[in-house]
Amino acid sequence: MAAHSDVHHDYHLVDPSPWPLVGSISAFLMAVGGVVLMRGLGPEIENGGFLGDIFNHLFTKGHWPVFLAGTAGVALTMFGWWADVIRESRRGDHKPVVDIGLRYGMILFIASEVMFFVAWFWMFFELAIFHEHRAHWYIPTWDEGVAAAWSSWPPPNVNPFDPFHLPLINTLILLLSGTTVTWAHHAMQQGDRRGAMWGLILTVALGLLFTYVQFVLEYPHAGFRFGNTGETTTANVYGASFFMATGFHGAHVIIGTLFLFVCLLRLIAGQFTPTKHFGLEAAAWYWHFVDVVWLFLFTFVYVMPYLTMQGQ
Amino acid sequence: MATSTDAGAESVHHDDHRPSFYDWKRWAYSTNHKDIGTMYLVFAIIAGIIGAVLSGIIRWELAEPGVTILPHLVHVPDAMQAQLASGEITQAAVDAYRIDAAKHHYNVMVTMHGLIMIFFMVMPAMIGGFGNWFVPLMIGAPDMAFPRMNNISFWLLPASFALATISMLVPGNGQFPGFGGGWTLYPPLSTSATHHGGASMDLLILSLHIAGASSILGAINFITTIFNMRAPGMTLHRMPLFVWSILVTVWLLLLSLPVLAGALTMLLTDRNFGTQFFEPAGGGDPVMYQHLFWFFGHPEVYILILPGFGIVSQIVSTFSRKPVFGYLGMAYAMVSIGFIGFIVWAHHMYTVGMGFDLEAYFVAATMIIAVPTGIKIFSWIATMWGGSLEFKVPMLWAIGFIFLFTVGGVTGVVLANSGIDTALHDTYYVVAHFHYVLSLGAVFTIFAGFYYWIPKMSGYRYNGFLAGLHFWITFIGVNVIFFPQHFLGLQGMPRRYIDYPDAFRFWNHISSIGYAITFVGLIVFIIVLFDLFLARRRAGANPWGQGATTLEWTLSSPPPFHQFSELPVIKPDPHH
Repeated sequence: MAAHSDVHHDYHLVDPSPWPLVGSISAFLMAVGGVVLMRGLGPEIENGGFLGDIFNHLFTKGHWPVFLAGTAGVALTMFGWWADVIRESRRGDHKPVVDIGLRYGMILFIASEVMFFVAWFWMFFELAIFHEHRAHWYIPTWDEGVAAAWSSWPPPNVNPFDPFHLPLINTLILLLSGTTVTWAHHAMQQGDRRGAMWGLILTVALGLLFTYVQFVLEYPHAGFRFGNTGETTTANVYGASFFMATGFHGAHVIIGTLFLFVCLLRLIAGQFTPTKHFGLEAAAWYWHFVDVVWLFLFTFVYVMPYLTMQGQ
Repeated sequence: MATSTDAGAESVHHDDHRPSFYDWKRWAYSTNHKDIGTMYLVFAIIAGIIGAVLSGIIRWELAEPGVTILPHLVHVPDAMQAQLASGEITQAAVDAYRIDAAKHHYNVMVTMHGLIMIFFMVMPAMIGGFGNWFVPLMIGAPDMAFPRMNNISFWLLPASFALATISMLVPGNGQFPGFGGGWTLYPPLSTSATHHGGASMDLLILSLHIAGASSILGAINFITTIFNMRAPGMTLHRMPLFVWSILVTVWLLLLSLPVLAGALTMLLTDRNFGTQFFEPAGGGDPVMYQHLFWFFGHPEVYILILPGFGIVSQIVSTFSRKPVFGYLGMAYAMVSIGFIGFIVWAHHMYTVGMGFDLEAYFVAATMIIAVPTGIKIFSWIATMWGGSLEFKVPMLWAIGFIFLFTVGGVTGVVLANSGIDTALHDTYYVVAHFHYVLSLGAVFTIFAGFYYWIPKMSGYRYNGFLAGLHFWITFIGVNVIFFPQHFLGLQGMPRRYIDYPDAFRFWNHISSIGYAITFVGLIVFIIVLFDLFLARRRAGANPWGQGATTLEWTLSSPPPFHQFSELPVIKPDPHH
């Protein structure tokens, strides 16, 4: 940016941008489209003429166009917006004070993400700790057998994963990836671009491996279901809280992997220097956050229920 | 100030020449904190009028016992009218349909009144509007830390509001549109297909997800701005109290909204993907929703009032021509209110049957909040003590706030007792309490801030007579609405019902008359707005005189498009 002659500060006054508006409209379409897919905005309109046909083809249950349009818009916004950020960074808008601001922003974003996981852990702990309390509730659809079954945790008909099998492997994969991303970062600081590249390639590969192990090798063999199967004792909240907590973590692993992959491309393109590579650092912070969440998941969602069951 | 003398096409945007008001891109693509703040304020005024109309319909219906007004507004489906004409069904059946529909519509209006006033009126006005406008000005910063992200925080709100509006129009409870389960969205009303099987609840969930994303991004922006962009010499302990109030508020937003997002996601999967988090028959726990919701919801009520504390501190100090009494105590009172606000959530749930010890804890913790709140009230009074008081309109609203918020605070201490709350839970006493702290508390501070800063924002002075009239009519009106509701609650009238026994008629009728008075006040406010922009009385940089010491008064009114190209240097305040 050509600095204005009488602007005597280093803050970044960003140029007007279409992305916030485009992003908001897209988010709106995505939300409407999501509801259309799940439930539809209403029953089909009979004899509604042209407008009725449009409604029936776009807004009744299970139609994809609105959701896809919204998703495409959100993707476009993310691409365009962050491309602008990179462009601004490269033309020198990110003075040291702006760089500090970006660091604050990333830390605060991760803080809010932590609180999001608090909700899922809280739900899991509530279910795990107070199951006996709930077994004493009067539930009209329960007989004594069902109530007795619910007084154990994990509930009957649930076969938790053996945590010292694939989950342990995944723990090691993530911990290892934490070291490789640190390697990449330190290599970057030393000006060793080749080392940084290898560190990032390994981190991305380990991230992909984690995702593969979790979603392809582990999930399909779960000894419990995600949702209600109609039988009270197997229609279980164990599976729901397990899959939502670990699934959201898995989604964050994918996001983190993408973030690191973009950093890898930027590194290869020569956009990082030993003193200026905040994108890489932010990706590393995010990766460590994902890593720590996994350690809590492994301890409390995998190991503890399993050991409880072994002890019973 | 600046001219476009130097070369470089890109510098055009940083020219201090304001883009034309009629240039749509100025607003749609804005990265300017003052323009974004203005959009927030306009949005809040529109949403506030819609929310006020909804409450008007509620009070109209409740003016007399019986289901009297809403059945006449119900649209009877064509098919049913045809059946009536052919004699297949009787008029009595149609009347019964009207009553059923009226009950549901009433519930939807109560729900949407709450959600609109909280998420689309108070929060956008205080944080988005005044926060955006005055946090950068007061700390001596040229703009927010992330000006582009600032704009998506705003634009997500119309998207969210549109989703909420559509939710009122699509199937909700059976054939009736909209969600009528209350703003807290408790299961099973929000999850069970028998109650709300239609798409309206799903749209509402996603509406709140988007509003939450907007607020989280805004929170990140404000914290970064306040921590990273204070002018030289503007230490944390020299920041104006309004900036402190926004800082505490956005921390609450950042840490509480993601928990709501989790709870909303659980509602969504319970409704659509077969989970049973809140379904006891599947081993789930409906009370857990209340824990997650109120872990967000209680900080949320401080989010609604803390910026108001900041506004009142500025105004009381300005019109007493004294620095605020006990500045550091005021700042850290807000910090402690924010902190304690996170550990008292279950006082909203005394009747769910939690353990006695737990109840005792939440009673004690809740009452502790009266201490920092008392520090604030008494410090405002001590600021006025011995000051050169000027009863300009912002000061009237601020003093009105101190008086009425204290009333709401005192009933809050009453309700903090779990034993008393067991009797008063979900009665009009609670309704009276939270309207005293919100519509007579938070809304009074919004009007106070509006009259205090509108000369700065618009460059014009308001008509003092009309503005004073607005205050007095509103002050009388809201008290006539809400004070009788204490009596109704103590008599045992439950909230959220369309009908009531004849015994409750008298105070309900008075309350509805109060609404009519308040509505006249709202019309006067709209006249004030028209007068302001039509009469164009120039305000000057500082219309309030030497009591107004914060940085925004050092700038022109309205301020330049980009201020503080030369950062101001703040010297220690000789008063402390």
